[in-house]
Amino acid sequence: MKSYFSELFTGGWSLILGLKVTIKSLFSPIVTVQYPREKLEITPNYRGHIDLVKDPENGSHKCITCGSCMRECPSDCIVIEGEKREGVKGKVLTVFTLDFTKCSLCGACVEACPTDALDYSNEYELAGEARSDFYFDILKRVEERK
Amino acid sequence: MNVDVLEDERHHRFVLNMGPQHPSTHGVLRVLLELEGEYAMSLQPVLGYGHRCHEKIAEYKPAKSFMPNTARMDYLGALIYNHGYAQLLEKATGIEAPQRAEYIRVITSELNRIQSHLLWYGAYLLDLGAFTPIMYSFDDREHILDILEDVTGSRLTYCYYRVGGVCRDIDDKFIAGTRQFIDRLRSRFPMYEDLVNGNVILQNRLNGIGDLTPQTCARYGVTGPLLRGTGVAYDMRRAEPYSVYPEFDFEIPTETKGDCMASFLVRFREMEQSLRIIEQALDRLPEGPIMAAKVPKKLKIPAGDYNSSVEAPRGELSYYLVADGSDTPYRLKVRTPSYSNLSVVSEQCAGMLLSDVVSAMGSLDLVIPEIDR
Repeated sequence: MKSYFSELFTGGWSLILGLKVTIKSLFSPIVTVQYPREKLEITPNYRGHIDLVKDPENGSHKCITCGSCMRECPSDCIVIEGEKREGVKGKVLTVFTLDFTKCSLCGACVEACPTDALDYSNEYELAGEARSDFYFDILKRVEERK
Repeated sequence: MNVDVLEDERHHRFVLNMGPQHPSTHGVLRVLLELEGEYAMSLQPVLGYGHRCHEKIAEYKPAKSFMPNTARMDYLGALIYNHGYAQLLEKATGIEAPQRAEYIRVITSELNRIQSHLLWYGAYLLDLGAFTPIMYSFDDREHILDILEDVTGSRLTYCYYRVGGVCRDIDDKFIAGTRQFIDRLRSRFPMYEDLVNGNVILQNRLNGIGDLTPQTCARYGVTGPLLRGTGVAYDMRRAEPYSVYPEFDFEIPTETKGDCMASFLVRFREMEQSLRIIEQALDRLPEGPIMAAKVPKKLKIPAGDYNSSVEAPRGELSYYLVADGSDTPYRLKVRTPSYSNLSVVSEQCAGMLLSDVVSAMGSLDLVIPEIDR
């Protein structure tokens, strides 16, 4: 009988202790963010999908179409094509696409690039409705970017 | 798999599918239960719903390229899986990671372990019907994710370690943020004690449920906090020290009872020990390079077999590699802790109340993609 009541008391007290914690946090500042109305700033180190870096010297990109990233990619999601043009030294990049459905963001392409032409983008809101939403034309993206 | 018609003696039993979409299995695990009233008389886990052939994929591409896949096996202990794999290839090729890289690996791995335990803590209590604690543990976990995101670039499936080091150096911001987090989590422990650990409902639901003995654990290969809950202080960081773990002073928390409460307390106390390791590692962090000087582009693995084991949040993780001299593994076997830990349920939970099955399975801290890899 005595143990029954002491159990009741310690049990009841443990519940009150728990309620104390919740009541305390009821009056403490809110930690959640009302996304998408509010957005947190994302760290510049965030690794999104790859993007070509804008070269300030010529207003274009630094890719030399060597194909290192294409070879290094474990998931074969990068396709690069280039062609020879008259009057231009080396190859000119004509196609640079990324199949983001297969990409695992490992960063092997960025590390393999000999001219540092690739970098990670900072985009994270990448939900889409169709598979084709994730076939990125990286070359077009760098040309459109100012 | 078809359900067989039960024979005579068992004809009054009710066969229930728990999963593959059940809130308390956190993934696609299906458990076939045979119920007699409220009692689960036999349990049979059915696997394979999330199988992605990771081990087979490893045989088809250069060993170095398998790193992102390791993170996808256990999404909660991604860095520790990276660690085991990087260590395996370093062992095989004789490349040595510099001291600073090893320290960074230990710091980030331990942060990852705390993150995994915090998620388990919230999710387990959610299974048991307590909704509030997950809000608190996710609040703390978010800080770790932010710290790790700033250095690794991702939030969950990290691919941060490389053969011969790590891919980015940590900065003062990381160190300051981690120290701040250590203080924060330490100050939160008493709150967790009040809110959860002392709670009478939790005590009644965990005490004496799902008893394990060291012998049962040995028979099924159960490792990690479950084994330490039975009183065996077996932790890979001490049993077969790897990386720079021997340099740190930390305890291996153990309990003796072997029930759900024991593994619950072991995991809770492990967080404190991980904080201790991180603190010491930050104090002694050496300067220097973060990558080995010469890592060949094409990593040829000398013929032979190699093994590397690390302590994952759920137990012992082993990689076993058979190489034939090329840059692609001939065979890669991954021993994942959850797989062995799950195999014990049919013995551990037989004859239990259905609601206790949920608490016993929750205390296994299963990560299904790791079982099905």
